[in-house]
Amino acid sequence: MTRYPRWKFFLLLAVLLGCGLYALPNLYPDVPAIQISANDAGGQVSVPVRDRVLGALDDAGIEHGDGETINSSWMVRLRSTDAQLRARERISGMLGEDYVVALNLAPTTPDWLRAVGASPMNLGLDLRGGVHFLLQVDMATVIQQRMDAWSGQAKLTLRNEGIRYRSVDIDGRDLVITLDDQIAADAARSPLRSALPEFTLNQAEEQPRLTLTLNQSTLDELQDYAVDQNRTALNNRVNELGVGNAVVQRQGADRIVVQLPGVQDAAQARRILGRTATLEFRLVADQYSSSRASTGIAPPGTEIFPFKAQNSRPVILEKSKIATGDQVTNAQMGFDQQSGTPQVNVELDSTGARSMQRITSKNVGNPMSVLFIETKTVMKTVQGDDGERRQVPESSTDKYVINVATIQDTLGSRFRITGLDSPAEASELALLLRAGSLAAPVTIVEERTIGPSLGQENIESGLKSMALGMVLVLIFMVVWYRVFGLFANVALLGNLVIIVGVMSLIPGATLTLPGIAGIVLTVGMAVDANVLIYERIREELRNGRRPREAIEEGYGRAFTTILDANITTMIVAVILFSAGTGSVQGFAVTLFIGILSSMFTAIIGTRALVEMTYGRGARAPAKLSI
Amino acid sequence: MSKAPAKHINFMAPRKVLGILSILLVVVSIALLATRGLNLGLDFTGGTSVVVKSEQDLDLDLVRDAVAERGFDDAVVQQYGSAREVSIRVAPSEDVEADKVGGIVFEAVNEKVDNLGLLKVEFVGPQVGDELRDQSGLAMLMALGLMLVYVWFRFTNKFGIATVAALLHDVIIVLGLFSLTRWHFDLTVLAAILALIGYSLNDSIVVADRIRENFRNTRETEPEKIVNDAINEMLTRTINTSFTTALVLLALFFFGGEVMRAFSEALLVGIVVGTYSSIYVVANLIFVLNVTKEDFLVVEKEEIDEMP
Repeated sequence: MTRYPRWKFFLLLAVLLGCGLYALPNLYPDVPAIQISANDAGGQVSVPVRDRVLGALDDAGIEHGDGETINSSWMVRLRSTDAQLRARERISGMLGEDYVVALNLAPTTPDWLRAVGASPMNLGLDLRGGVHFLLQVDMATVIQQRMDAWSGQAKLTLRNEGIRYRSVDIDGRDLVITLDDQIAADAARSPLRSALPEFTLNQAEEQPRLTLTLNQSTLDELQDYAVDQNRTALNNRVNELGVGNAVVQRQGADRIVVQLPGVQDAAQARRILGRTATLEFRLVADQYSSSRASTGIAPPGTEIFPFKAQNSRPVILEKSKIATGDQVTNAQMGFDQQSGTPQVNVELDSTGARSMQRITSKNVGNPMSVLFIETKTVMKTVQGDDGERRQVPESSTDKYVINVATIQDTLGSRFRITGLDSPAEASELALLLRAGSLAAPVTIVEERTIGPSLGQENIESGLKSMALGMVLVLIFMVVWYRVFGLFANVALLGNLVIIVGVMSLIPGATLTLPGIAGIVLTVGMAVDANVLIYERIREELRNGRRPREAIEEGYGRAFTTILDANITTMIVAVILFSAGTGSVQGFAVTLFIGILSSMFTAIIGTRALVEMTYGRGARAPAKLSI
Repeated sequence: MSKAPAKHINFMAPRKVLGILSILLVVVSIALLATRGLNLGLDFTGGTSVVVKSEQDLDLDLVRDAVAERGFDDAVVQQYGSAREVSIRVAPSEDVEADKVGGIVFEAVNEKVDNLGLLKVEFVGPQVGDELRDQSGLAMLMALGLMLVYVWFRFTNKFGIATVAALLHDVIIVLGLFSLTRWHFDLTVLAAILALIGYSLNDSIVVADRIRENFRNTRETEPEKIVNDAINEMLTRTINTSFTTALVLLALFFFGGEVMRAFSEALLVGIVVGTYSSIYVVANLIFVLNVTKEDFLVVEKEEIDEMP
């Protein structure tokens, strides 16, 4: 019998120690905490503010830790999630708009473990509670808006070239341009081609008509841009909401996943995430009388909007914009010093400021308005051509004037918006302006809210079933296979350590409830390898082999079968990971890791133990306890 | 208990009867699936599900009425784990903005019951539901397809067909049972079915491996004897592995909470059927396909590739 190679012992030891080290932080559970960061640059929380916060917590009778600086923000540890909620309410009320108070979890991992980069496993929302949103970006609206702009461009080009056209129509992704005659159509081709490189000009038609089709690549770019822009804006909004460890990720072509751990007020989150509000600053066309406005027919170059604060009285505004919401760099809620009414203090970027300055300098004494634009999208059921009912997003845009004020002086980069109903409205408007508007309207197509108590319940039931299942298997193995069963049990525990260690090491891996089920299942299935090996050893013993030979044969011949059997489950895990979502993916991950590590511990691990017990002495064992 | 050779059971005696039983079960399952379909869970149908918890036992009729008052007449109200917890499921509706349904339902019940706590709200848009359904069906087919490819490489055709048939047998019967009992079929159950695909094939492969080994190594020529010996040799293993897996699944079933119940149900049934099929379906087909010793005599590995 050949000697069992020494390197396998070392490999085994190294893997176990390594994974054990990285599994350790899971023994130190996170504690609830509130995280405070200042809104202005740097986010640092000054010492006096810290003292005020701690004082307020004392006053409210909330037990708390000393507070610690994490990156640029400051965190105070608390006893319970309940204390966390109360503390947040109190502190954010006290500190007001200048600070973001977020719910977070503070790690309790000892420093020496943190120094080697060890941290506990990420827990999925089903285990820690929170809200999961899947948002669908409404591309139809984005495309419609861009098509409008392009059709304007086409008209402008034709006009500049002196080519007379009858109409420019938008038909889905086509621009259909009807001209007077074939000569005009031929003349229009080349300028249109150079003015609208995003389109492909179709071949000549019978009628004096040109059809431009939007290129697929432009469409893809548009989609990528809109989704990424939305992701960034949503990310900003989530930060404004004050949620620690939030996830905002693109999923597929036109969807965005938002996960807010610990958030319980799904309604507020939904309102903030889904709103696409922006502002436009426009001049009021006051050369027209108010009776002209009430006819509802806007004079050329103008548009009519209701003035919300004044019984929706119609106001005529110039079509051209002075500045728009996306040029806003900062917005804070404040109060008018004389009247005490809420207002939003706005800062514009350089482009916006320049335009604002240029136009207001020429219009001192004239009224300017703030137009509020909000797009809402709801899913509507429609009956398609094929008679099948399907859901399509339908957007409606709400535009109204929130404020008309006379331009007193030339405005620059800073000014304020008044005429808001309440401080709450002002603060929400400030938040939306600050966080940036969404490039495209979004609809929530999936939402899962898990209460914190259910999360805790799930962890408990997961752990309980894991412990029970494991104990049952351990007992069975010892009863059935005696000392060899004990080896298998040691391997099983090692397997668990490796799974937890690897799960903690992989940054993106998240433990979910089905994930725990995956671990439980691998515990049950992992002993299969040992059962196979041991049954083989028994068989070889029965066939009259000597113990050492039987061990050699048992491990050797069972190996291919074990590999075969496990590869099938690994293939399944990979498929499940690619097809499933969230929590089911967690199952796939633990199943995959579990199978790999169980093969390692069940084959190499138990073999090492067997060799240590029966292999080393010069005298071959006469009998195996199996 | 360990040293005595395993009892020799003649497994192949009732194989014809059991073969007919298997065919019958598969046919009935397919018929059930075709006529009644599966009771698809929220993940696949879309809609809203709200789980609430109260400090006292909840009266299902009271909850049903409270929800119906708000226009959700077709809400499915069920107990969720305990008498204090209730799940309310509402189909996608055209009248109410879909993502608001959860809040409305909770408020409706909250008015009637004191100290109501919201445990969970899940809203899945119909479009997402459709996609998840397609994706899941595809995943299942893909898993089966890849297993087919894998088995194709590992075994001779006849063994491959036998193991894949056993696999289909297991999956179809478990799905049939879900159709019969109207148990909810959601994403976690899908995960269980896929795990079952892996497990069932694993089981069949182990038995098939041994049958193949014995065909090669024995002087025995009677296939029936060879197969029966192989199954007897593997019997303890087959039972032990199924037993340990069933142990952990039982733990999950009793203590894993509501979410894990359907998952463990699917796998428990699957393991029983899978254990049976790895013995009878595989062996039966080996006879039907008329496997002989000659099927294994050919392949000695060519070693040309290993020469530099």
